[in-house]
Amino acid sequence: MAYSEKVLDHYENPRNVGSLDVNDPNVGTGLVGAPACGDVMKLQLRVNDQGVIEDAKFKTFGCGSAIASSSLATEWIKGMTVDQAMAVKNTQIVEELNLPPVKIHCSVLAEDAIKSAIEDYKKKQGARGGKDQVA
Amino acid sequence: MAIKLPIYMDNHATTPLDPRVLDAMLPYLRDNFGNAASRSHAFGWAAEKASEDAREQVAALIGASGKEIVWTSGATESDNLALKGAAEFHKDKGNHIVTAQTEHKAVLDTCKRLEKEGFQVTYLPVAEDGRVRPEAVAAALTDKTILVSVMLANNEIGTVNPVNEIGAVVKARGCLFHIDAVQGVGKIPFDVNAARADLVSLSAHKMYGPKGVGALYVRRKPRVRISAQIDGGGHERGMRSGTLNVPGIVGFGVAAEICRRELSVEGPRMLALRERLRQGLQSQISDTFVNGSMEHRLPGNLNISFAFIEGEAMLMALKDVAVSSGSACTSASLEPSYVLRALGVEEEMAHTSIRFGIGRFNTEEEVDFVIDLVARKVKKLREMSPLYEMAQAGIDIKSIQWAAH
Repeated sequence: MAYSEKVLDHYENPRNVGSLDVNDPNVGTGLVGAPACGDVMKLQLRVNDQGVIEDAKFKTFGCGSAIASSSLATEWIKGMTVDQAMAVKNTQIVEELNLPPVKIHCSVLAEDAIKSAIEDYKKKQGARGGKDQVA
Repeated sequence: MAIKLPIYMDNHATTPLDPRVLDAMLPYLRDNFGNAASRSHAFGWAAEKASEDAREQVAALIGASGKEIVWTSGATESDNLALKGAAEFHKDKGNHIVTAQTEHKAVLDTCKRLEKEGFQVTYLPVAEDGRVRPEAVAAALTDKTILVSVMLANNEIGTVNPVNEIGAVVKARGCLFHIDAVQGVGKIPFDVNAARADLVSLSAHKMYGPKGVGALYVRRKPRVRISAQIDGGGHERGMRSGTLNVPGIVGFGVAAEICRRELSVEGPRMLALRERLRQGLQSQISDTFVNGSMEHRLPGNLNISFAFIEGEAMLMALKDVAVSSGSACTSASLEPSYVLRALGVEEEMAHTSIRFGIGRFNTEEEVDFVIDLVARKVKKLREMSPLYEMAQAGIDIKSIQWAAH
């Protein structure tokens, strides 16, 4: 299978590989996919007091396109507000990475990972009760 | 010596043409272009002689006689001819065929076609070691069984079936026995009489010969009858019409001759390289699992799962090495290898499997290069793997409720 240059670039030089502290109340963690399906993405983001995502990290078990999709997702959402990140669509990832139809599910997973991480963050914030909800 | 990249280590898919084979073929692509069926002139006679000599060479590799070799376009055609030809010819005797779940698609899809035409097919499961048990074959045979088809060696995991024992079981019940011997012949000793085979599929390009030529062994004593599937000029004693691919056939003959002469030296050399690879990988990388029997295995095969790393991502990391994976992502179907699934390998491990196929032209230097490269890439990809992170933290991946997608 031939990969686009952008997929290869993200695969060879993945952005933002790593982990954030899951116990930090300002960190949201999303874990999506399933090992049996050959794709698991963990995406984490840390939101500052202005409601801006100041850091994002990922770890992905999956093919090159899955790794590239999650790498791109973290790159994009850094500096976005939570609302902006919520609006990121898988089709934008497909377009940016030139993913073929058989790899579209990788982009869907990346979108799900962002949403899941944000939901986790909001849940934590809600549980704390104190901080103003920006989102 | 400098290593030339990329390294070819996918010798189950195909093998490079041996230069000696090419040398033998060239005259038949240039001056000796005759049609082997032309009886009226020297061009035809030269082509026919070349084809007959090659028949003897291929036959000698499997303990057969030249008259028992039918030339085909390749092993897929041989499998089709064997199964459809035997089923059609013997359909009045019965309608039941026995094969195994781990067979090549050329056999499985042919069986599916025959099912549509009214035949009943039993797809035998295999044991955890990937091998078909003779007792399982015996238990599957019925009064309606006309044919049993079991491969000599598996193309993905390299496991070698006990074909001699299976042949004894099959012949005790008077059924026909077909062996898809594509992956094994030329790599391990194989004899049609020891296996009591009636039909055997062979391919040239898996034994350092050219693509586009194969053979079907059809036993003469006692004579095995099959119906032709390609009609025409009645070539190959009516079993397979079509002008012979003489250069390919000459190449197949020489390739078989080289395998026969060098098998006793080449086999141990392949095994030593494979073991160097296996031991090198397993000593440097944790959490690896070899798929299929280590004991009953082609010398050049290593099918190994690197836990926590998806196979296609691994292939991308190994772009300097030509290997293949049982991962779903490398197939159009998005299902992981049906062979690994048949062994009971869990889906998540099937996604992490890599097949190394060592061949005649691989060297120790190449193996060492591959070990080092794989070890480095596994480390990098595991640092990126959430599953590895969980395993390191002592989280059981199976304890998590994963959402299927």
